[in-house]
Amino acid sequence: MSTLAFRMRARRRGGTTRPAWRQPLAVAGGVIAIAWLVVAIFAPFIAPHDPLAQTFTPAQSPSGAHLFGTDELGRDVLSRVIYGARVSVPIALLLVSLAALIGGLVGGLAGYFRGIVDGISMRTVDLVFAFPPIILAMVVAAVLGRGLRNAALAIVVVAWPSYARVVRGLVLSVGDTEYVESARLLGASARRTLFRDVLPNVAGPVFVLATLDLANAILLLSGLSFLGLGAQPPQAEWGSMVANGAQYFQWWWMGTFPGLAIFTAVLAFNFLGDSLRDFFDPQTSWGGDER
Amino acid sequence: MVDAPRARRRPRPSSSFLRFLLRRLAALVLLAVGITLVVFVLTQLVPSNAVATNLGEQAAADPAAVAAFKAHYGLDKPLPVRYWLYLRHLLQGDLGQSSLTHDAVTHDLGQFIPATAELALYSIVIAAFFGITFGVIAAMRRNRPTDHVLRVVSLGGISMPTFWIALVALYVGFFKLGWFPGADRLDPGVLPPPHKSGLYTIDALLGGQWGLFAQALHHLVLPALVLAAFNVSLLTRYTRSAVLEVVGNDYVRAGRAKGLPERVVVRRYILRAALPAVVTVLGLVFANVLTGAVLVEKIFSWPGIGQYAYQAAVNLDVPAIAGVSLFVAVVYITVNFIVDILYGLIDPRIRVR
Repeated sequence: MSTLAFRMRARRRGGTTRPAWRQPLAVAGGVIAIAWLVVAIFAPFIAPHDPLAQTFTPAQSPSGAHLFGTDELGRDVLSRVIYGARVSVPIALLLVSLAALIGGLVGGLAGYFRGIVDGISMRTVDLVFAFPPIILAMVVAAVLGRGLRNAALAIVVVAWPSYARVVRGLVLSVGDTEYVESARLLGASARRTLFRDVLPNVAGPVFVLATLDLANAILLLSGLSFLGLGAQPPQAEWGSMVANGAQYFQWWWMGTFPGLAIFTAVLAFNFLGDSLRDFFDPQTSWGGDER
Repeated sequence: MVDAPRARRRPRPSSSFLRFLLRRLAALVLLAVGITLVVFVLTQLVPSNAVATNLGEQAAADPAAVAAFKAHYGLDKPLPVRYWLYLRHLLQGDLGQSSLTHDAVTHDLGQFIPATAELALYSIVIAAFFGITFGVIAAMRRNRPTDHVLRVVSLGGISMPTFWIALVALYVGFFKLGWFPGADRLDPGVLPPPHKSGLYTIDALLGGQWGLFAQALHHLVLPALVLAAFNVSLLTRYTRSAVLEVVGNDYVRAGRAKGLPERVVVRRYILRAALPAVVTVLGLVFANVLTGAVLVEKIFSWPGIGQYAYQAAVNLDVPAIAGVSLFVAVVYITVNFIVDILYGLIDPRIRVR
């Protein structure tokens, strides 16, 4: 089905491999990503106010006292945006690692053992790919019950198959190369071939995919929270803050700033992933195109 | 597959195409069956108590009534039997009754699909036009400032949360400037055109109601643009790389060498060769529109399938969840199937795989 689209996505982009102008992108992406990580780690020291503290000055537009204004309960929007970094960024990192681990394992096993293992795991992958990600994630999140942890799990459910597919393809193609064959002929154990010869070839593309996937994960997670299936009030989370801002939308600052936070965080990982892709392997030009 | 004499009469490529088509069709059917299984399993996992929601308090306390209810809906049967029942109902076009709207899910879907279909149609047209144009421009100006700007912008486009752009667009376009209506498919109190396709713009045109057509279009502009944003970026990126693949070919150089105007070279030589590759992302484009619909319809109060799916999920309306995800998944794999077939038609090399 979508194998064709996948194959097309994996096609080589014509022309140059690494134009010089891309370096600034990597730098910009890195700087923004690190900035968000720092904000997430040191949130209590950076935030001017308690993100949950309600005051008697609700719905203030941005001013010196509240740079991003206050929300309908008088909470400081800037502080909430800062604390929101503690939700989206670490959870995205965690869930992408988990998805890459699961997908990598399944793909590796499928590519290595082939046969029935391959058949079963790839049909499962096809099944997950048969649903638009948001629909499946939404249903799974709803079935598991509202909440951040379940929303993250739901995203893992929709995210792992792309790793399985990529890793399987790589293991299959690397396994057929002469140097792996010669290593085997020289008497190297299966484990040794896997770790010494196959894994290094797989790591690069998976890393690129994971970086781009971080962007998707943040988008999807904030989307689920926006729908009310992720973070629950009063927790400060970017997606649910935008949803809240949509309810009081004449107070534009309530939704605009958390949205900007999502945008910059996602952009950072897209910049990074796009540059990394060229660096590692121009052949796996995946495009940061899946949400 | 095809018996020998007929195979001899037919040119070989078409028989290989037929085999390709049948293989893909079989895969499509299998996948559809798999989808029903996934949907069924998901609905079984929903932590809702059918007895409590459907029976009154007194009846739920009466074991006989509960047993009768369970027997009537097959809830006392083992899982495989229930799956079989589900499939049988499905084949009869029965998706069950929504516990939220108290209507048949098929009826609900029929109500909500046209709104989203219309939105999707316009947004895909917008996205295709701008995305392909920008992609060609970026490729033709490769590594020049225009290209760099377009790439940063397109990376930006795939980084913006759709629901946030929707909010900003609504704030500016409706609240601040007042240029666009804020919600729904028509102004409040206006009757929709007589139902033919369910797409208001088309129905209004068919009925010759120009004012209504303009109004429906006016309501479509903002949400369609917002939905298009992500896909414009996506198509820009794909078109650019597809064009770069063909731009160095000899026939392009030949076209230039014989003095064809650049416009003709780009349109007839480059774009024609590059577009088939762009077609392959159509499935992705569709998935993005749907994702956008789920997130954007809420903000624009658009009575579409995205809202329905969202309401069903949030309220754990099991039949609606099952119906909507089944419908969406089947449409999605069908789109991908059509894309595959189209590509097999265009590029015979694909068929052998």
